[in-house]
Amino acid sequence: MATTEEVQKLAALARIRIEDKELEKFTSEFDAILAYVGQLEKLDVSGEREMKPPLRNMMRLDSESNAVGANTEKMVEQFPASKNNALVVKQIISHD
Amino acid sequence: MTNPRPNEMTIEEAARALRAREISVRELWDACHSAAEEKNPELNAYLEIFKADDAAIESAQKRIYAGDAPLLCGIPLAMKDNILIEGKIASAASKMLENYKATYDATVVKKLKEAGALFLGRTNMDEFAMGSSTEHSAFGTTKNPHDESRVPGGSSGGSAAAVAAHMAIAALGSDTGGSVRQPAALTGIVGMKPTYGAVSRSGLIAMGSSLDQIGPLAKSVADVKIIFYTISGIDPLDSTTITENLYSRHESKEHLKIGVPRHLLTEGIEKDVLTTFEETLKKLEEAGHTLIDIELPTSGYALAAYYVIMPAEVSTNLARLDGMRYGLSKEGKTLLDDYVDSRTTGFGEETLRRILLGTFVLSSGYIDAYYHKAEKAREVLRKEYNDAFENVDVIAVPTTLSPAFKFGQKSDPVAMYLEDIFTITANMTGMPAISVPMGSVERDSKKLPVGIQFTAPHQAEDVLFAIGTAVERLQ
Repeated sequence: MATTEEVQKLAALARIRIEDKELEKFTSEFDAILAYVGQLEKLDVSGEREMKPPLRNMMRLDSESNAVGANTEKMVEQFPASKNNALVVKQIISHD
Repeated sequence: MTNPRPNEMTIEEAARALRAREISVRELWDACHSAAEEKNPELNAYLEIFKADDAAIESAQKRIYAGDAPLLCGIPLAMKDNILIEGKIASAASKMLENYKATYDATVVKKLKEAGALFLGRTNMDEFAMGSSTEHSAFGTTKNPHDESRVPGGSSGGSAAAVAAHMAIAALGSDTGGSVRQPAALTGIVGMKPTYGAVSRSGLIAMGSSLDQIGPLAKSVADVKIIFYTISGIDPLDSTTITENLYSRHESKEHLKIGVPRHLLTEGIEKDVLTTFEETLKKLEEAGHTLIDIELPTSGYALAAYYVIMPAEVSTNLARLDGMRYGLSKEGKTLLDDYVDSRTTGFGEETLRRILLGTFVLSSGYIDAYYHKAEKAREVLRKEYNDAFENVDVIAVPTTLSPAFKFGQKSDPVAMYLEDIFTITANMTGMPAISVPMGSVERDSKKLPVGIQFTAPHQAEDVLFAIGTAVERLQ
């Protein structure tokens, strides 16, 4: 059984907030889903190795790139806040 | 015989009429566009109906006159709201991306533009493609054209309703656990999820990256085939796309061996859906195909494994949406508040639920019991299907347990998840699957369509087109 504290902790990890009035509902739904998913316990996969696909290089070779600034305007337009084509974010290192 | 109205045509019919100069590209566009405008206030299939792109219409017309145009040239299509068209909003039906304008074309869009196809608008869906009814859209539900008190299925419910109500000739959707096939079944059209890697995912807003595929929704199997061959192919922008002959070839034959896992059909299915399914199989047998009973014992665990793997991938993919670079941005006191406020305001309830679940199954202490176990289950499932395909060409099940359900009927999350029970295995194994209308059943004195689903081995889409066409001939 998941507790409301555990759900709060997961929410904090996932950078979301579950409002207090919704917490109980979320916790009980979470439990119901885990109970369903828990069926997997009954499945015996002891003979199975986890399959890793054979590795191959999927990276493209270096080649001509986009011209500098070709997409800047389009992308900056999507920034919530920008200054001189740079993304504005909060200061996270304090000077004091 | 009177010709159907232009917007009621299939791609094949419209392509023929365009070439015979019975209609112009403009007339075809206008017919679809005005049907969309007229019916959308009622159905809410489109989140946005685009204005005519005069240059594209003119150029399509010229190509048709020139006589060497691809079949999709001049054909108006609807696009699910999670597929990027440069300069247009792609919101994935989420408040998070309500104002997000795509900065590039998805590879499928690029290919469709090259073929001369036209875009009518972006269609409603469950937020970030999570749901089976469009009830999780941040912008209202889409209604089923066959009965407006019922859901059109989901998550590509807007695309399905648009095609079924002749508000588009055909559409694209995306399918992570059945999101093309289930709405196709519930609205009486054809929908296919291609082999994983057959169609590029570049420019598709990611949900579960190891499961997602873009797929066509159309009025006929032939139309689905036309779209599939236009949008498929290897793409340097999606490293999971596959070459044409990665898997061993499966020739389509005139008479096919149809595997039927009857042990999966013993509970949950509504009786008349099962009867319609059995009748369809019987007719296929009379038409010369062979029915073979098969067993897929791990299938019973597929949905449970899916609800571990999918949320794990969802929580990872949606971690990028934090209010920083694009999308909804809420300002709080600290940087952490910015993240939390943006995400909490931007995401709907089902999305939050799956992010939580994904965070849980990936957390240390649980990852072995859930995620790694589910990955192994997925491997067992894939082997089981591969073994079954030693003896049969396709595997048949009803696409859904029931016809379209009523709004609000599946408010319990697990009940909604069970809607995908027959469709998710194709996403788990990466195999292609198609849903084709098999008839209708009656609810509240309304006829509601139901679908039959066929799964084929990897890259055997042609076998699906063959059996799908065979089903169409029975109707």
